[in-house]
Amino acid sequence: MMIASRRMARHAATALATLAMAAALPAARAADAAPPPFTPPAAGSIPDTPFGKVVRQGEQLFINTPAHAGQFVGNDLNCASCHLDAGRRPDSAPLWAAYVLYPAYRAKNGHVNTLAERLQGCFRYSMNGKPPAADDPVIVALESYMFWLASKAPTGVKLDGQGYRKLPPPPSKPDYLRGQQAYAQYCAVCHGADGQGQKQGRHWVFPALWGDASYNWGAGMHQLGNAAAFIHANMPLGQAGLLSEQEAWDVAYFMNAHERPQDPRYTGSVADTRAKYHDSDDSLYGLEVQGHVLGSAAPPPGGKLRAGK
Amino acid sequence: MMLPVPAHPLIFPPALRPAALAVALSLACSTTPAQPVDAARLAANGANGAAACASCHGARGEGNPAAGFPHLAGLGSGYLREQLQALADGARPNPVMGPVAAALSPAQRDALADYYAGLPPPFDPDRLAATRDIAAASADTGAWLATRGAWDKNVPACNQCHGPGGIGVGSAFPALAGQSANYIAAQLRAWRQGRRPPGPLALMPAVATRLSEQEIDAVAAYYASLPQAAQAAARPGQLRAGGQP
Repeated sequence: MMIASRRMARHAATALATLAMAAALPAARAADAAPPPFTPPAAGSIPDTPFGKVVRQGEQLFINTPAHAGQFVGNDLNCASCHLDAGRRPDSAPLWAAYVLYPAYRAKNGHVNTLAERLQGCFRYSMNGKPPAADDPVIVALESYMFWLASKAPTGVKLDGQGYRKLPPPPSKPDYLRGQQAYAQYCAVCHGADGQGQKQGRHWVFPALWGDASYNWGAGMHQLGNAAAFIHANMPLGQAGLLSEQEAWDVAYFMNAHERPQDPRYTGSVADTRAKYHDSDDSLYGLEVQGHVLGSAAPPPGGKLRAGK
Repeated sequence: MMLPVPAHPLIFPPALRPAALAVALSLACSTTPAQPVDAARLAANGANGAAACASCHGARGEGNPAAGFPHLAGLGSGYLREQLQALADGARPNPVMGPVAAALSPAQRDALADYYAGLPPPFDPDRLAATRDIAAASADTGAWLATRGAWDKNVPACNQCHGPGGIGVGSAFPALAGQSANYIAAQLRAWRQGRRPPGPLALMPAVATRLSEQEIDAVAAYYASLPQAAQAAARPGQLRAGGQP
């Protein structure tokens, strides 16, 4: 009796809601435009189950990537270097927001990418390494961790905090010399005067921002918009907001106006590679900055994985 | 290629700038030729009426955790220089170290900082760094703060700057592992109360003011006990309770 009446009440509520939605359709559309908020499950609540065990492997792999997936990683970055708080932080390309957007068509390669293929791209470009097979335990663990983080999120929806929050175009065109000054003021104490990062003995602490130990020319972070947004929202760690939007753009420009490992899709010509993959204001690849054509002196991709290294 | 850039205003807050300037001027105007400072002797015997460093910080700079005296061996020279100067000019008020640091000349302070920076650290950094593979339980507040942070209030993991296992890195980021809980907690509280210079980019006051009293005590206890945990983890067949293989 109780159950039946509750069910009836729920039906009535649903019907009312449907009517209300139909009546307020334009308003509902407007609400659709605002990305819905989402909170992933608490970090400490990974279930103690056989599935949870693989989720935890994905989490640890994400935080300490070279140690757990060294065969696929050519640099000393961790996934969590750019996806802060183990991929949980909004506006820091959180995993829960990415999970619900795949499979997706990507202009980067002109076809529908599964989540596995997207993750392979991370290894190939951002980690300057080589992609694990789609069914490799590394990919399975990462996908499991992402799936768990996205528990109860709507699919196919751009959630609030997805990607990096785009900055408006800077008041002045991003500038190398201003970027160099801001870099020395805000960034060098951690990332080193030459962007080389810092390690204690063989233990990396601050990631390299350019050079052979950093991400390569195919990585998303080489794009000025991504880098400026990431820097402005997150850097310096714990002191986000110290850099103005203009300074974030300038530092992004300075950082990405240095050589880094070659784009793995390199065609044999910098100009051709730019025309094919980097023909945008967002990329300095193939452009001359401070008298140097970027990409023309790039070390081959692969970093530590290269033969003889 | 790099342009000379003035020190960030946050590194020397306005109140300290005259003191920093005075030191710089006294160095620049000094006419006596620089006497090489025998830092090892200074550390062992003291000078100018100041007590020997070794009497509290140990013969090898290993500190005395039970008494709350920090270890100095292997900490960055830049960090140690700044601290000695701040202790001398009162920016980091300390009834024990203040008079000692003030009794030393700037050249002696710098030589001692470099000397201690060059000594081997008292704990095995490789073993400490290996604790990064022990996944923290979220109920363990100290371990969680150290390895994961509290990002909901914009607190990065301590290890993100102080290195895996709190081994420290470079000139500006000191090791935390093995310092006494009392010492670490007192420093975090000093930043909250403005009784320690803000340091590079004022990172530490920003973080310390976001921590609760309970979090400060927990993270201080975590780093104080980390060398033992690292040793236990290194012994085959012995994993820390709650740890992950």
